[in-house]
Amino acid sequence: MTRITLSRAINEGLRRSLENNPKVMIMGEDVGKLGGVFRVTDGLQKDFGEHRVVDTPLAESGIVGTAIGLALRGYRPVCEIQFDGFVYPATDQIISQLAKMRYRSQGHVTLPVVIRIPFGGGIGAVEHHSESPEVFFAHTAGLRVVACADPADAFAMIQLAIASDDPVIFFEPKRRYWDKADVDLTAPLSEALPLDKARMVHSGNDVTLLSYGPLVRTCLEAALAASEDGRSIEVIDLRSLSPLDMATITESVGRTGRCVIAHEAPVYAGIGAEIAARVTEECFYSLEAPVLRVGGFAVPYPPARMEDHYLPDLDRILDAVDRAFAY
Amino acid sequence: MTIETIQLLTPEGERVEHPEYPLVDADIKGMYRDMVLVRRLDSEAIALQRQGELGLWASLLGQEAAQVGSARALSPRDMVFPSYREHGVAWCRGLDPMRLIEMFRGVTNGTWDPEEHKFHLYTIVIGDQTLHATGYAMGLQRDASEDEAVITYFGDGATSQGDVSEAFSWASVFHAPVVFFCQNNQFAISAPPERQSRVPIYQRASGFGFPGIRVDGNDVLACYAVTQQAMRAAREGEGPTLIEAFTYRMGAHTTTDDPTRYRLASELEAWRLRDPIERVRAYLARSGEADATFFEQVDTEADELAVKLRAACLALPDPPPLSVFDHVYAGENAIVAAERAQYAAYLAGFDEEEGAQR
Repeated sequence: MTRITLSRAINEGLRRSLENNPKVMIMGEDVGKLGGVFRVTDGLQKDFGEHRVVDTPLAESGIVGTAIGLALRGYRPVCEIQFDGFVYPATDQIISQLAKMRYRSQGHVTLPVVIRIPFGGGIGAVEHHSESPEVFFAHTAGLRVVACADPADAFAMIQLAIASDDPVIFFEPKRRYWDKADVDLTAPLSEALPLDKARMVHSGNDVTLLSYGPLVRTCLEAALAASEDGRSIEVIDLRSLSPLDMATITESVGRTGRCVIAHEAPVYAGIGAEIAARVTEECFYSLEAPVLRVGGFAVPYPPARMEDHYLPDLDRILDAVDRAFAY
Repeated sequence: MTIETIQLLTPEGERVEHPEYPLVDADIKGMYRDMVLVRRLDSEAIALQRQGELGLWASLLGQEAAQVGSARALSPRDMVFPSYREHGVAWCRGLDPMRLIEMFRGVTNGTWDPEEHKFHLYTIVIGDQTLHATGYAMGLQRDASEDEAVITYFGDGATSQGDVSEAFSWASVFHAPVVFFCQNNQFAISAPPERQSRVPIYQRASGFGFPGIRVDGNDVLACYAVTQQAMRAAREGEGPTLIEAFTYRMGAHTTTDDPTRYRLASELEAWRLRDPIERVRAYLARSGEADATFFEQVDTEADELAVKLRAACLALPDPPPLSVFDHVYAGENAIVAAERAQYAAYLAGFDEEEGAQR
């Protein structure tokens, strides 16, 4: 076991993928000498060369578009989009090309492209650096959409994403990059939890709290705080937003009878809405309360000095849990 | 192809003449004052960020001449579309620097009315504003306005973005009265200009069908003269121009960046000898256009500006919580209104709890 940050864990996962498969490449803005603005690719260009770890021109559409071409030629590109709010110039390539190529070619074309996106707020950043755009991609058929939450899982998930024959949008919770935990860097990938499975990170009996990415830690803190008041919260880290692991979710909600979903993205038409509809359909007779959501507001991501109001924190999550008990 | 760089003032402060760019009505002392003041504004903002008072700052250090020279060449009616480092341009347009301080403190995302100073909001997503500038210029054409033109600022990195190429195409095809002012500061965070283009940036204009000029970006007089002429051409219906101001980002990309990871100290030292302010000071002193009293006055003024900005920054209140819901739509919106009401009730719950504890 090695105690490392989330940023380092992804770095180690990338390193292992580069070592194990000569077709794996990394490309993005400032990923080479600088090692990425969050240092996720630190040292990789030095060790694997400029052909495999590529500092690209400053153009997100170009990064994804050329990654598609490289994938057509048999490479497995891992693209870094520097910040969530900078992915939009690439959305044409992602939505119109990357997501649809397998379908259009009737399975002849495989595009194993990974697009890493640091996402979410909480770091006091300027505009366009704190967004949660996952729902745009989850709404697009043909893409897998995942979010990591802690170092050990991130180490496995990035390798699974690279090994996947589907395009994967890989969200990294930027305010958790410096969270540290023990990671077994020798763990065989075959034993890792598959990319499309959710995982219970705290067991409980009274309510199921679902989240992903940066808020998993907040939900765990909420579960601990609630246990002091005698309330037992089960926390599930969704990991995969497309597809959703409904079996794990419904098993839990079937036991607890209550379900709260937390994400930083706006509640309106967010991932939580999809889950709420499905849980209502599949667990209707087990539910003690409506499925509740807590998340960002239906406003643009606000200036940094207001983000604490926008972001669901421990209190807002516990408030939603309380409301689930009011029925 | 040889690269010609327009220069009217050498790094040593010697005036040089250029037949195509005679210097007329240039207030060189005024330019010097502006550059010193914006540099002081910049260093104070960096200090405020270091002390935790600003979330971030994007320093303009080294780019004072490119910004002040070009901005002083504009008429009050010309419209500006900046990127996010154009503090010197903002200053010359008369925008209160507190609007920038507020933004980088994280209190606002801009707030100013672009038409008030003919200075659009900062654009952070790289290159987007070049299309807005082009569209605005197309509006001027439709209004048959002959005494206005548009200028947009962007960097060397931005030239790789599709939007910037599209702006070049549109401006050319529609012969729009827009000047593309590229500050080539040699860095897109860590990437050098060679990562963006094999040819000098100004030469790219010819492929789009309009003139491109490279100017010494650390020479405020050249930036002034070249921009003045390009803006005049735009106003007179001669279409767009690309100006590449060849300069150097002396500081970090932003206060979160560590340039020691990707650039040599010796390169920085070489550019220090081409400082945009020192050469004007040398020229003014040598030519006798300014005396020691003038320089002292400007320095004093700069220090006063810094003190004023610091005090105003520290006095900035955080916005009221419910203002997070303001200005999303033109009128009342059902979803926003419902969320505002819910959040207001949620906050009121805390007040009641506190009240109960008292």
